[in-house]
Amino acid sequence: MEKVTKIVVMAKQVPDTRNVGKDAMTAEGTVNRAALAAIFNPEDLNALEMALQMKDTLGNATVHVLTMGPQRAADIIREAMFRGADGGYLLSGKEFAGSDTLATSYALSCALRKINPDIIVAGRQAIDGDTAQVGPQVAEKLDLPQVTYAEELVAINDREITIKRRLERGSEVVVAPLPAVITVNASAKECRPRNAKRVMKFKYALATSELAAADDKRRAFIDERSCLHIVEFAAADVDPDPTQLGLSGSPTKVKKIENVVFQAKEAKTLTADDKDIEALMQELIASHTLG
Amino acid sequence: MNNVFVYIEIEDREIADVSLELLTKGRELANTLGVKLEAVVIGKDVEGLAPELAKYGADTVWVADNEIFAPFRTLPHTAVMVGLIQQEKPQIALFGATPVGRDFAPRVSSALHSGLTADCTELVIGEHKDAKTGKEYDSLLYQIRPAFGGNIIATIVNPECRPQMATVREGVMRKEALTTPAAGEVKNIDWKPMVKDTDLAVRIVERHIEERKINIKGASIIVAGGYGVGSKEGFQLVHELADVLGGEVGASRAAVDAGFTEHERQIGQTGITVRPKLYIACGISGQIQHTAGMDGSAMIVSINTDPAAPITKIADYAITGSVEEVIPKMIKYYKQNSK
Repeated sequence: MEKVTKIVVMAKQVPDTRNVGKDAMTAEGTVNRAALAAIFNPEDLNALEMALQMKDTLGNATVHVLTMGPQRAADIIREAMFRGADGGYLLSGKEFAGSDTLATSYALSCALRKINPDIIVAGRQAIDGDTAQVGPQVAEKLDLPQVTYAEELVAINDREITIKRRLERGSEVVVAPLPAVITVNASAKECRPRNAKRVMKFKYALATSELAAADDKRRAFIDERSCLHIVEFAAADVDPDPTQLGLSGSPTKVKKIENVVFQAKEAKTLTADDKDIEALMQELIASHTLG
Repeated sequence: MNNVFVYIEIEDREIADVSLELLTKGRELANTLGVKLEAVVIGKDVEGLAPELAKYGADTVWVADNEIFAPFRTLPHTAVMVGLIQQEKPQIALFGATPVGRDFAPRVSSALHSGLTADCTELVIGEHKDAKTGKEYDSLLYQIRPAFGGNIIATIVNPECRPQMATVREGVMRKEALTTPAAGEVKNIDWKPMVKDTDLAVRIVERHIEERKINIKGASIIVAGGYGVGSKEGFQLVHELADVLGGEVGASRAAVDAGFTEHERQIGQTGITVRPKLYIACGISGQIQHTAGMDGSAMIVSINTDPAAPITKIADYAITGSVEEVIPKMIKYYKQNSK
C-alpha cells in the first residue's frame, strides 16, 4: 500500500486584537479579554488552506490540526474540519499555563513527536503576540528544516516540497526535503469556506474532555464514529520534561505590564471650518514644515 | 566573554540600516555594562565591511565568508550563530526584526534554550529582583515591547538564560556614527566544524528582488489613512493630499486589513516605523499598534470625527471633522498660501 502523507497544521485560537472596541478596556484601563471574540488566528487559516492544497495534490494524505489551549480551543479544530481537515489534536493542561514562545514550542514539539507527521504547516505568526517564533522553534526542536513566509505551494511529492516564499523585497522559490516545517504568510491563498455537508457531519465532533461532560446519548453516538472524536493530549500523554513546560520552562519573564495610557500633550483643537484649516496651512508653511 | 553581539544583515553587499541602528544601541548598552561590542557578519565577500561597522561602534567584527552563506538560508546562518555564541558566550545578542532576523533568531534561541523577545521598541539595562525566589540581578536587559495588539507595553527580562536575545524593527532605534571609530578588529569564525551537510539541504532555485517602489521611510511628509477613511476610493483623497504636499502615503493596519491600500504602506508595530517632519493622520483612531510606528514624528496633525480619539492625545493639531471635508480644504489653502 502506498504511504499516507500525514500533514499537521499548528493553529491557535486568539483573542481578536484587531477589533478592540471601547468595551475591550475595563474602567481601570486594563484589557478585558472576555470582551474580545476568540477567533481562528488569521494566518493559521492560510496555513490550513496550503495544507489542504498539499493533500489535494498528493491525494493519499491526511490533514490534522494541532492546537494548544483551553478546552474551548476545540472550536477551531471543528472549524478546520468544516473547511476540510480530517481531524485534530487538542493539547491542554494547566502545566502549560504561562508558557513563553520557547515553552510553547517545546510542548508542541512533544505532541508532534507523538503524532509523527511528514509535514508541519503553521501560520507565520499569531495576532495576539506577533512574534513569529513558534514555527521556527518547533522546527529546531524537531531538528527539521524550515521554510518561512510561504506564499504558494509550487510542487510536492512524498520526498520534497517546493515553495514560493515572500522576501522583504521580492520572492524566492526553495526546495526543502521532507519532513519540514512550513510557515505561511497572510499573502498566501485565502482559506476555502466551510462546506455545508462537512458542517452537518462534524458539528458533533468533541474533544475527550468535552465528551466526558456530554450526555450518554451523545457519547454513544461519538463512540461509534471515531472521526468525530478530537484527540486530546494532557501534558503526561506527550512525555515532556516537566521543567521545560509552562512558567518554569520559559526563559523570558514578564517584569512589568503597563496599560497604554496616552500622555496628553498640548494639542491645539481645530474645527473643520475654512478659517481654522487656512490658519493651520499658513502656520505649517511659515514654520517651513511644509514647502 | 559577556560582550554584546549584533548580527549584521547584508542586502546586496550593503549593510542593512537596522544593523547599524542596532550597533548604535549596542554601543550604548556595551558602554553601560563596561564590555565590548561585537558585530557578526555571515555572508559572501563581506570582509571589506569592517571599517563601516567600526564607525558605528564595533570593537570586533566576526566574519564567516563563503558562498554557502549567500543568499541567506536559515540553517547555515543558524549553525554559525549558535556555534559562535557557544564559543564566545555573549550576554546579549541583537537581531533586526526583518524577515531574515525573524526567520532565524527564534531558531538560534531555541537551540541555545535562551529566550527571545520579538520587536522590541526599547532596550535598557536595569536591575531586577525575582518575585518568587527573591534573587537579585544587577544589570539585566529590559526588553520593552507592545503586546496584545498594542494595548499593553510589556517589559520582558531573561534572568537566567544567556544570551539575552531581542529583535528590533528597522527605524525604531537611531543610527549614529561615532566621531572616532571603534577598533573594528576582524576575527575569522572557524565555521567549518559548525555547519553540517544537512544544513545545506534546502535549495534556492529561483530568486526575484523587486525595486523598492514605495519610499515611506525616507519621506519627510507622510499623509496616512486609517479605517476611518472608509474605502479604497476615500484613499484617493489621501493620495491627492500627499501628492500636493510632496509627501508619501502611509496607512494603519486596519486600513491595510480592510484592503484600502497596499501592505507596503503599513505604519506601526507590525509595519514600518517613521519619523517624518510632518505626519497627517486621516481617520486614524491612534491605537498604540499604529502610534508605536509614528510617535517620533516632529509634528502630528490628526483629522478625526471623534474629538476623543486616542490620536488627539499625541497630536499637535487635532482637527475635528471628516476626511472628505477637511482634505479638500487643506489642498485648497495650501495651494493658495504656498509659493
